[in-house]
Amino acid sequence: MNKEETKKPTPESSDALLRELVDHFREKREILRQQWVQLMMGKGLLAGLTQEEIETESITIYDTCIVCLETGEYEGAQAYATRMAERGVLRGMTTEQIIGGLLTLRDVYGRSLFERYQHDMERLSAALDIYEPVANKILSVVALAFVEEREKVVRQQQEAIRELSTPVLQFRDKLLILPIIGLIDSLRARQLTEQLLRAIRANRARVVVMDITGVPSVDSKVANHLVQTVDASRLMGATVVVTGVSPEIAQTLVTLGVDLSKMNTVGDLQGGIEVADQLLGYKVSRTEPPATGLITSKEKVP
Amino acid sequence: MLVPILKQGDYLIASVQSELSDEDLLKLRDELVKRVGELRSRGVIIDVTALYVMDSFATRTLRAIAHMIRLRGAETIIVGIQPEVAFTMVQLGLKLEGVMTALDLEEGLAYLQTLHTSKRR
Repeated sequence: MNKEETKKPTPESSDALLRELVDHFREKREILRQQWVQLMMGKGLLAGLTQEEIETESITIYDTCIVCLETGEYEGAQAYATRMAERGVLRGMTTEQIIGGLLTLRDVYGRSLFERYQHDMERLSAALDIYEPVANKILSVVALAFVEEREKVVRQQQEAIRELSTPVLQFRDKLLILPIIGLIDSLRARQLTEQLLRAIRANRARVVVMDITGVPSVDSKVANHLVQTVDASRLMGATVVVTGVSPEIAQTLVTLGVDLSKMNTVGDLQGGIEVADQLLGYKVSRTEPPATGLITSKEKVP
Repeated sequence: MLVPILKQGDYLIASVQSELSDEDLLKLRDELVKRVGELRSRGVIIDVTALYVMDSFATRTLRAIAHMIRLRGAETIIVGIQPEVAFTMVQLGLKLEGVMTALDLEEGLAYLQTLHTSKRR
């Protein structure tokens, strides 16, 4: 720690300075950490955390940052940030809170360096040269971990929606109903077809009523997917009846010139089921005149 | 691999047991077209449950078989196409147009039966 040597920073002198910085931060740990926590409280960044959590989290973050400075490796920070992100996202902690907290810590570290080296500008700038890249890197690592965590959550939710959105229901013996709701993209169309084909085999279906009332719009790609679904079902020995084609979709399909000659279309789901019943040889009839007033299940049981 | 052809009443059942080479397919075609006349069959069922690949040659040959057998005065039904196979075929644009299909052997036999009773009326 020869002051003369710092004028020309050599590898040895910057190593020595690095040690000095690490020692300095370790020495002043309690003071600096308290200062940091106070600052964050002042900015309202610790809302929703208990005193105990503030203590343990701030100690861990403080030490992790020093380890990054000491070793030049960021795996620890990354792992911690990911864990923190998982918890933060789940508990509704904002990215602003975390990033704001780290920016505050960066200021606290920086100010303490100023205080220590304020009479030796050369040394101060050398210290900042070492310290600032590390601080920036930590920030970017944490920010990335957060963004990745958010994206992960979004992906999981998309997956969940996709799985929920394509039920294949058995309506009668050998008759399946496939209500499609929402936009269809290539991936969903594929999943839908696979699910339907498996259901056809499992339920030994002969007729499938595919209701697209809930599909807001189609393009040529989606129309082709629908045609593919119909063709694949036919190869499995099942006839597909398409119902609920809205005026807009009908117009689009005709304008696009999709070959619908082999598609069996009926106005609405009720009509589709009636056609399916006919194909399967079912005849639905009412045995009694309907009861007057409110029909409860009790009255039906003789 | 030879495909066994069984006679079941008025119908012939060709049950594919394993993956078929192009040559096997042609042999099956010749054999079926010949037998359908010899045995005076009215329907043929080709069961492809065991097939996990159906390429363009196989599809074309099956279509050809169906059309040849129609010319010989009988009907052909392809049964047992697996979901994965059906999906791949459609994506490849192989649709077996003009050929009847059914879920499995049982459905295929029922299909032929209804076909012939309705014709007789």
